[in-house]
Amino acid sequence: MAQFDVRETMRLGLLAGVVAVTVSMVGMVESFNQRDVITRYLTLGQLLLFTAPVVAGFLTVKRAGDRSWRALPNGALAGLFAALPIFALLLLTLAVPTIRQQLVNVSPTLIRILTFDNGQLVGGLLMMAAMGGLGLLGAVVYVVPDRISDPISLAVGWTLLVGLLSEVLLNVLRPLLSREVVRFLFGTRGIQWQTAVIIFLILAIAVFLWRNGGRTYYQRIPRQVLHWLALALAILIVWIPRDFSWLPPSINPLWIKIGLTLIPLILEALLFFSTRSATQPALVKSITDNQLGRARLASRYLIVLLILPAILGVYLTEVVDNIGLFILMGLGLNIVVGFAGLLDLGYVAFFAIGAYVTGILTSTGPLGVAGLSFWVALPIAVAASTVSGLILGIPVLRMRGDYLAIVTLGFGEIIRVLAVSDLLKPYIGGAQGVLQIPKPVLFGFTILQPQHFYYIILAGVFLALFIAGRLRDARLGRQWMAMREDEDVAEAMGIHLVNTKLLAFGIGAAFSGLAGSIFAARLGSIFPHSFALLISINVLSLIIVGGMGSLPGVVVGALVLVGLPELLREFAEYRLLLYGALLIAMMVRRPEGLWPSPVRRRELHAEDDLAMQEPA
Amino acid sequence: MPLLEAKSVVKRFGGLVAINKLDFSIDEGAIVSIIGPNGAGKTTFFNCISGFYQIDEGEINFAGHSTKGRSPDQIAHLGISRTYQNIRLFSAMTAIENIMVGMEPRLRSSWVGAVLRLPGTVHEEEEALQEARQLLKFVGLGGKGDILARNLPYGDQRRLEIARALASKPRLLLLDEPTAGMNPRETAETTQFIKMLRDELGITILLIEHDMRVVMGISEDITVLDYGQKIAQGPPAKIQNDPRVIEAYLGRGAAASATIQVAL
Repeated sequence: MAQFDVRETMRLGLLAGVVAVTVSMVGMVESFNQRDVITRYLTLGQLLLFTAPVVAGFLTVKRAGDRSWRALPNGALAGLFAALPIFALLLLTLAVPTIRQQLVNVSPTLIRILTFDNGQLVGGLLMMAAMGGLGLLGAVVYVVPDRISDPISLAVGWTLLVGLLSEVLLNVLRPLLSREVVRFLFGTRGIQWQTAVIIFLILAIAVFLWRNGGRTYYQRIPRQVLHWLALALAILIVWIPRDFSWLPPSINPLWIKIGLTLIPLILEALLFFSTRSATQPALVKSITDNQLGRARLASRYLIVLLILPAILGVYLTEVVDNIGLFILMGLGLNIVVGFAGLLDLGYVAFFAIGAYVTGILTSTGPLGVAGLSFWVALPIAVAASTVSGLILGIPVLRMRGDYLAIVTLGFGEIIRVLAVSDLLKPYIGGAQGVLQIPKPVLFGFTILQPQHFYYIILAGVFLALFIAGRLRDARLGRQWMAMREDEDVAEAMGIHLVNTKLLAFGIGAAFSGLAGSIFAARLGSIFPHSFALLISINVLSLIIVGGMGSLPGVVVGALVLVGLPELLREFAEYRLLLYGALLIAMMVRRPEGLWPSPVRRRELHAEDDLAMQEPA
Repeated sequence: MPLLEAKSVVKRFGGLVAINKLDFSIDEGAIVSIIGPNGAGKTTFFNCISGFYQIDEGEINFAGHSTKGRSPDQIAHLGISRTYQNIRLFSAMTAIENIMVGMEPRLRSSWVGAVLRLPGTVHEEEEALQEARQLLKFVGLGGKGDILARNLPYGDQRRLEIARALASKPRLLLLDEPTAGMNPRETAETTQFIKMLRDELGITILLIEHDMRVVMGISEDITVLDYGQKIAQGPPAKIQNDPRVIEAYLGRGAAASATIQVAL
């Protein structure tokens, strides 16, 4: 039996309590309380507050490693300790009624939240009891067998997530469901408790079954059946009634639906006949298992990606557009930082250059110089960003690490200061920015809505993914990585450092210029304050969180760091605080990122191929 | 004409003369060692040859080219490659990728070709991969090509570093303490391996080594450095009995009585 260390319990409990008090005192709890997770029963603020004791209770018993019921009181104790800092805060408000002059965020509303509207003393004791109970709950999660606790905690987690994202879901589901059903499922904010119970039960039972034998049944299902199921699901999503009002009037949505249905079917037919006509059975098998499966899966995803704007509606598509632009920038910076290891903190500069060049070349306002169409201005803007990437690259060729970061930081600021400066005001408008940037026109149709820009951004992201992926797997990618690992040795191996670095800066800048150019056309006007240092930091953070040098990591990082704060608008105000917390947590728990790049198998994989060819 | 020739090379770091008027030459197909006490300037000399340092006086010629003013990558292209005293692999890359980086001087394809998958680029990459695989087997690392360099055991890392250096098909290979940290059996294997490199691939080899069994066993010519100066040069038998060498290693008293062979 493990020995419990009261000091450890106290440490964890108080730590959780300090976290809870901190989030209260910076105003997070109060502002998050505006949003219900489960209507009338649980707000986001409470969720934030009450996670602390649960975690404390869980960790306390986990550290001791005791899975018997005797461990439970310790969890409760940790919860009680977690409540102490809050209780102290409440007592402080009693003792010093004017405390709000110092602690601005300790408002009467916060106190009402912390005391369940019961006055400091009674409420404080209630809070202690509640947190003690939650600590106990955390301990229970650890003590009961995984077989039971895993499905329950997973189900709770997902239910809460659904509650958090209820607005998004409501947007997506509203056109599908009748008003009565929507009212039954969703409250004014958050989901109704019935919905929570339903989701919880479904998930808990599903996970329980999966864990207890379901998985083996799943593995027995032939891959083919799963492929067809996925296809059926994708096609079902296509045919669900949607808002297509944003489509050009000349295009009938029906054609799109038919097209999106037929394309994968034709692909299937082609694959079927091509594998039939091939002569080498062994080779065919290797194609069938790997590339074929991947092509099929990709086609399913592609269908969903293509129909996405119709599913999401205007607001959410706007959010996705934003994420897409950050993915584009992330892919570019990933080349510079992730592949080549050159820490660039002024990356926003190229975004700005792409945006301004597009703006000035296309604007119909007084600052416009050429009145070019977007499609002509786009490559020019990308070229301008690339050239400026090279220009930045030349002076910093000899610099490494911290020095490089400082110089690039300066470069980013120079571009921003130039943009607001009086010097360039006659050309790029100073703080007033460039206005009247026309929307792109494609085959006589004006690209206007977020849904339209979605496709341009999607194409840009695919292009960038394609280029970055191919470069990574080629000679240049190896040169970059060798340079990242050891610059001196790379040079001694015959790598021309100047060329290699400049290519990284240039290509990285090109992606950012592309993003900037689309950004300018999408907004219709650009202002210097859109190009603050914060953008560079955002992009860098999303790479770190996603996984340095990993392409899917960039996408995941952008979804987490750009997408989530947009969806949970309350978070926006505390974005930097959360970035900081998240980055620290990542560095400690998962320094390789959420989706690290896999090690490429080149030796053995290729030998397998050879082995396959030999018998034939 | 020797493959590599250094004429009265001087390298200073501030007031310290790390290499002082060093004359040195190595013939094509030879195995030559440089020995000397710690801080004698051996690795500094390597760094001068491979272009990490620019020499202050004198000249170094390789295969008819002066290395003066050439950067390390240009010197690598001339046909010199090297390993390092403390292993310097690209640790987050796989073994096979390390070797493919070593092939750099022989690769021609551009990044545009890589994006468009032009036939020439694809062909070159395939050949490079094929060759890297052979090289991996050649140094006895077959089957370990997909392991990250940092996850390989120490001995394998040493071999991989040599494989990476060989990948450029160098005419001159500089080995900086190739057997450092190896046990006697590994040392013997490595010695055989170095001999084989010369005998089968015809690569000229210049090595820095502390293990006298290795040095005396395979070198045809030995240069002894002390405080940046050449104090002796000649075949192993001559060096073993040279009183100045013994003095440099063991001090004046020992030089009078002992021979280096017994002591080391």
